[in-house]
Amino acid sequence: MAYEGPIQELIDELARLPGIGPKSAQRLAFWLVKAPPDEAKRLAEAIVRAKERIAFCRECGNVAEGDRCRICRDASRDPTQLCVVEEPTDAATLERAGLIKGRYHVLGGAISPLDGVGPEDLRVQELLDRVERDGVREVIVATNPNLEGNATAMYVAALLKPLGVRVTRLASGLPVGGDLEYADEVTLSQALEGRREM
Amino acid sequence: MPPYKEQGVVLRSIKLGEADKIVTIMTQGSGKVRAVAKGIRRTTSRFGARLEPFTHVNLMLYRGRGALDTVTQAEILAPHRAIREDLALFAAGETMLEAVDRVAEEHERNVRLVVLLLAGLRALEARPNDPAAVAESFVLKLLSLAGFHPSLGACAVCGAPGAPLWSAGHGGAVCRADADRGAAPVDPQVLTVLAELATADLAAAGRGLAADPRVRRAARALLFGFAEYHLERRMRSVPLLASTAP
Repeated sequence: MAYEGPIQELIDELARLPGIGPKSAQRLAFWLVKAPPDEAKRLAEAIVRAKERIAFCRECGNVAEGDRCRICRDASRDPTQLCVVEEPTDAATLERAGLIKGRYHVLGGAISPLDGVGPEDLRVQELLDRVERDGVREVIVATNPNLEGNATAMYVAALLKPLGVRVTRLASGLPVGGDLEYADEVTLSQALEGRREM
Repeated sequence: MPPYKEQGVVLRSIKLGEADKIVTIMTQGSGKVRAVAKGIRRTTSRFGARLEPFTHVNLMLYRGRGALDTVTQAEILAPHRAIREDLALFAAGETMLEAVDRVAEEHERNVRLVVLLLAGLRALEARPNDPAAVAESFVLKLLSLAGFHPSLGACAVCGAPGAPLWSAGHGGAVCRADADRGAAPVDPQVLTVLAELATADLAAAGRGLAADPRVRRAARALLFGFAEYHLERRMRSVPLLASTAP
């Protein structure tokens, strides 16, 4: 322990945050100590407010102020289209692009047997209930294009298809702005399979 | 440290920081290697799908000062794509990767383990009818390679034939005289299934196997209970394997 009293307590608390090591924690702690009192107070209040007011939407599992999120409350969104994502941050990324006219469903992760995450740990049953209850016609599976995301997409699709819903998956292929020269065989073959008529 | 070349199979990857991952690779020459792949989670990463689990890759790495190396280049030798596109194949493949991860030691060369893993993945890539049987046969072969081959007929202690009990701690089937307190009766049909899986060619595992699901489930429980006892770790991939298997 390099310091004593409140400064060390602050460093210890900051060092518990994800991605923050002891050095960064020390830097942040000293910045906060030197900052005007208002600035530190604003940060502390924002943390307390977020913890008190933010919950998870009972419909979609996204972060919400209250029991339903802004998107689930919005009557202008298409209730027959659902976009399934792993985490709230994925929903936010898609929302920023403004392309999804329907609503979201946050699973809370992806199937990853080696990390001990199975289908029962995700909000899959809630998804099935929602699809049946709300008369959903299309489910867009937007899980990450990696091993776990694909396994989750396959699992979800196998459960949804018998319900007569259209299940689609975001396309995988060449990233815009990248060079073909650096593309790997798997990405290239998916890009080729998903090619479109011009 | 100068960079070094390796080839191996990616076993797993975990997120690190903003956009990096730590990949665990079972390599041919350096045993199990854990290395950082920088920026891999960005959509424009030059690694792309090259370091996804199941992929057989050629790598350029450099040794880090700590436990982690760094991957600088990767080239696909075999993507094993079919395994990622079918849930039953994925579940069987994950069981293989987890078992190898448990057995392999970091920076300890184990060529036979790499050869076994590649044979297992090739068998799954051929889309067998019973992927779970391929995974179970693989785990039995891997246990043998690691020195934990279970006795599946004769008593593991005295060698008496037709041992009616099972004890993971004693090494498999045991006779009444050698049974310890944890020994439990075992159905001979279950032992027959396990013996067939142990000797089967990986590519043909499951063909002509007793189809009774009850016996298959009992054999699976016995096998993974035995594996967990000797590898001293819980096999986390087993619930998914069981849910996709007969």
